[in-house]
Amino acid sequence: MTDVLQPPADIPAHDEAHGHDEHHGPTGILKWITTTDHKIIGLSYTVTSVIMMVIGGFFAEIIRAQLATPNGHLVSLAQYNELFTMHGSVMIYLFVGPFAFGALANIIVPIQIGAPDMAFPRLNALSYWLYLTGSITMLSGFFTAGGAANFGWVGYAPLSNSLNTPGSGADLWIGGLLLTGFSAIFTGVNLCATIFYLRAPGMTMFRMPIFTWNLLVTAILILLAFPVLTAGLIMLYADRHFGTHIYSVAGGGVPVLWQHIFWFWGHPEVYILALPFFGMATEIIAVFSRKPVFGYKGMIFATLSIAALSLGVWAHHMFTTGVVLLPFFSIMSLLIAVPTGIKIFNWIGTMWRGQVWFSTAMLMAVGFVVTFLIGGLTGIYLASPPLDFFTHDTYFVVAHFHSVVMALVMGAMGGLYYWGPKITGYLLNERVGKFQFWFLFIGTQVFTLPQYVLGLKGMPRRIAIYPHNPEWKMLNDWSSLGALLIGISTLLFVANIVVSWKKYPAGDNPWDAHTLEWFTTSPPPHHNFYRLPPIRSERPTWDYNHPEHRALGHGSHKNEVAAEVVHKAPHS
Amino acid sequence: MALPLAALALSGCAVPTFGVKPGATTSSKSVYHLWVGFTIGALIIGVFVLLLIAYAVLRYRRKDDSIPRQVQYHLPLEWTYVIIPILIVFGLFAATLVVENKELANPKTDVTIDVNAFQWGWKFTYPGTNAVVVGQTTDAPTMVMPVDTNVHINLTSTDVIHGFYVRAFNFSRYALPGVDNQFTFNAVKTGTFFGQCTQLCGLYHSLMFFNVKVVSKSAYQTWLAQQNNAGAAQAAATVNQQQTNTYVPTKPTSGSGVK
Amino acid sequence: MKVEARVLLSLGLFFGIMCAVYWNWSLENAGGVMMFAGMLLCFLPGGYYYWWSRRMKARPEDNPEATQTEGAGVIGSFPGTSIWPFTLGMGAFLCVLALVFGIWFLVPGLGLVVWALFGGTSEGRRGGPH
Repeated sequence: MTDVLQPPADIPAHDEAHGHDEHHGPTGILKWITTTDHKIIGLSYTVTSVIMMVIGGFFAEIIRAQLATPNGHLVSLAQYNELFTMHGSVMIYLFVGPFAFGALANIIVPIQIGAPDMAFPRLNALSYWLYLTGSITMLSGFFTAGGAANFGWVGYAPLSNSLNTPGSGADLWIGGLLLTGFSAIFTGVNLCATIFYLRAPGMTMFRMPIFTWNLLVTAILILLAFPVLTAGLIMLYADRHFGTHIYSVAGGGVPVLWQHIFWFWGHPEVYILALPFFGMATEIIAVFSRKPVFGYKGMIFATLSIAALSLGVWAHHMFTTGVVLLPFFSIMSLLIAVPTGIKIFNWIGTMWRGQVWFSTAMLMAVGFVVTFLIGGLTGIYLASPPLDFFTHDTYFVVAHFHSVVMALVMGAMGGLYYWGPKITGYLLNERVGKFQFWFLFIGTQVFTLPQYVLGLKGMPRRIAIYPHNPEWKMLNDWSSLGALLIGISTLLFVANIVVSWKKYPAGDNPWDAHTLEWFTTSPPPHHNFYRLPPIRSERPTWDYNHPEHRALGHGSHKNEVAAEVVHKAPHS
Repeated sequence: MALPLAALALSGCAVPTFGVKPGATTSSKSVYHLWVGFTIGALIIGVFVLLLIAYAVLRYRRKDDSIPRQVQYHLPLEWTYVIIPILIVFGLFAATLVVENKELANPKTDVTIDVNAFQWGWKFTYPGTNAVVVGQTTDAPTMVMPVDTNVHINLTSTDVIHGFYVRAFNFSRYALPGVDNQFTFNAVKTGTFFGQCTQLCGLYHSLMFFNVKVVSKSAYQTWLAQQNNAGAAQAAATVNQQQTNTYVPTKPTSGSGVK
Repeated sequence: MKVEARVLLSLGLFFGIMCAVYWNWSLENAGGVMMFAGMLLCFLPGGYYYWWSRRMKARPEDNPEATQTEGAGVIGSFPGTSIWPFTLGMGAFLCVLALVFGIWFLVPGLGLVVWALFGGTSEGRRGGPH
């Protein structure tokens, strides 16, 4: 018996040499702008978002250079406000988000579940074009007379109204977010539909890889949160240009309403950013420990708990407003630490008694866990209003979220090293990768740890100069050094791509990995699979390659290997 | 877990401060103790987890190509690390509530100060008197208040959102337009304490400074009387000026020359 | 389809409980409305999947013992190369620029959008290239 998935009838098998117009399809630029293949779209997202990372990183280096002296004159006060606004905006809206759910998700989710493409390929392509044009729109604020948006990536009213921030930079910021917001919403729809409807036979929901589960929950969060932001932005635009008074006191509006709406989106957003990287780390740690994911169902339960709770914590960003229900948001925010802790213990459990191999991907994944632990623990302080009152809007908070976000960057790099060979067919150089990791990891700690201290010493955020407190200089210098190390790690990454270009062919499964995407070729063919193995667990490729090492059952069947014997299908 | 730790800290044995000070008010001290308790808890948990990770990656480094035992579950262990963190969280929440209720209590106050934030400075008025202290950016105004007294603050803004932050009080609160944010301080130490705006408010956000000066009760009364007279004189002078400098239009302005 | 339904319905239920507690306790309307809407958003597809799951027979991907041959044949329609996503995207871009640079941008913007909607729909009906 052969278990073979026949390609859909109207697509020729790859070895049919001629006759089908697919081989004479568009080439070059036209091919790129008309593609609906999730792998090419995902690659476009990857390249664009990494470019955004470099742009945002460039702004960061200028900020850190400015803060290296108490009365820096590198940039003016006005330019500084634009810089940190656009640094945050580019990094969050245009890099981490799209990378998380547009880049690797697009490429990997369909092949992890055995689907030929995403459920709505043309909608997928539209998402990319909205993202690209949204990014261009937001960044073009720099070319306007008043400069780019300068009211912080959170755009609080009334600072963001037309009286306090006239000028089209702000409107371009709003417009860019409308486009990228719809891009995200459409991707959320696509991910849900793909995961619900296009799984291969035998791939039940509880056999999906953790990465795919996390992307499903991310997609649901996107659908819950992004429309709220879009509505809030439209109202902001209306206040700015249509004479409404939704957020302004003068007309009977309520400025703090902006914050409620923004953060109702904003908190799920940070989990939208984080969950895909949690998924990546899970996959990488399991593969490079040569063990199954420990506590698979617990992981799923934890992910769902994080999603559920994340909709009820938004006002912990507003504790200092004095107008929110402190105890409710405090307990909900403290509770979110619990599922995060479950994940960390499950990662440790996966490595426990394994055979841990430190490829670059695994270094990045472990670096992610360590850094996220630090950032997560400091988050617990912020969940307590009395402790938040004096750390809010200081560098303590800046350090907390940068710890967490840099952890996500490590996760992203891990994902690129791990899945890069599957997508491109070529491995990256491991030696350069290890250098990149150490610069990134050490740079992150050198960058963030002094900032915790600075915040406790009273340094507020979003200030360009600190002439009254020159004693803050040394800690700022250490932090700027850390930023420099991070910048070097980015250069090393780019260097690695250059040095490894088409040099080390990967083969189907260079990591002896577990999940379905490693069963197909690198890169996968059009519509992804020539053949599929039987799917009897969440590790179909591993079961196929190592039938005598299937995951152990639990409870009373602890010492038996799971029942089913796998027939090896001919694998040409 | 945090409560016994907080008790340990409160007992006054030599615990490091972890970057925060007991501060100058009664509530800043409670907040400080909460901070120390949280930090001891965080350190214990953090070091424990880091050691576990370090052990896992070192002890189970790849030795050969053999495939390890494919263990996937251990329900008792998993439930343990669900339940214990939940208990810790409830402990932290309880400690939080205690300090929070104390910090946000509204006792009877003898002194009231209205704080008005604006782009880019602060104005302190003392209701019932003519005392006004106002200053912008680096010309930082000083809010004077008496020691060992419940001082009630009414905080608002006339334009955008600002942040009223005094490090020595372990406290900050937003100044919101259209909202009267109220809270109480009881300072236990005299001195001058630095304050700064922490919420981005536009161009000179980096320079929106103020001071809080806590003085003895008698010094405060003296100062207040002085300010009251100065304020009354100022108000009278302004009225006089308004009466003498009446606007007299000269020529009607035409639209010419402005295109 | 049962697991999918249960995931969404339990999320919705959790949001409903959270909303009831929050709205009654805080009397704050923005959060209350948003959480309520979140609950409805989960109940809508969740309810549909639940209704459907009780009426359908197990799909191959719901069957833990399924073989790959059960999934053979045409899975669905996967439109290949298409110019319409790009066109629609550019139209949306121009419409958004109208917010900034003047309402006349809506002319080319809506023009491209409408053209793409027509073109994309008829391409979908025709089957399009694969």
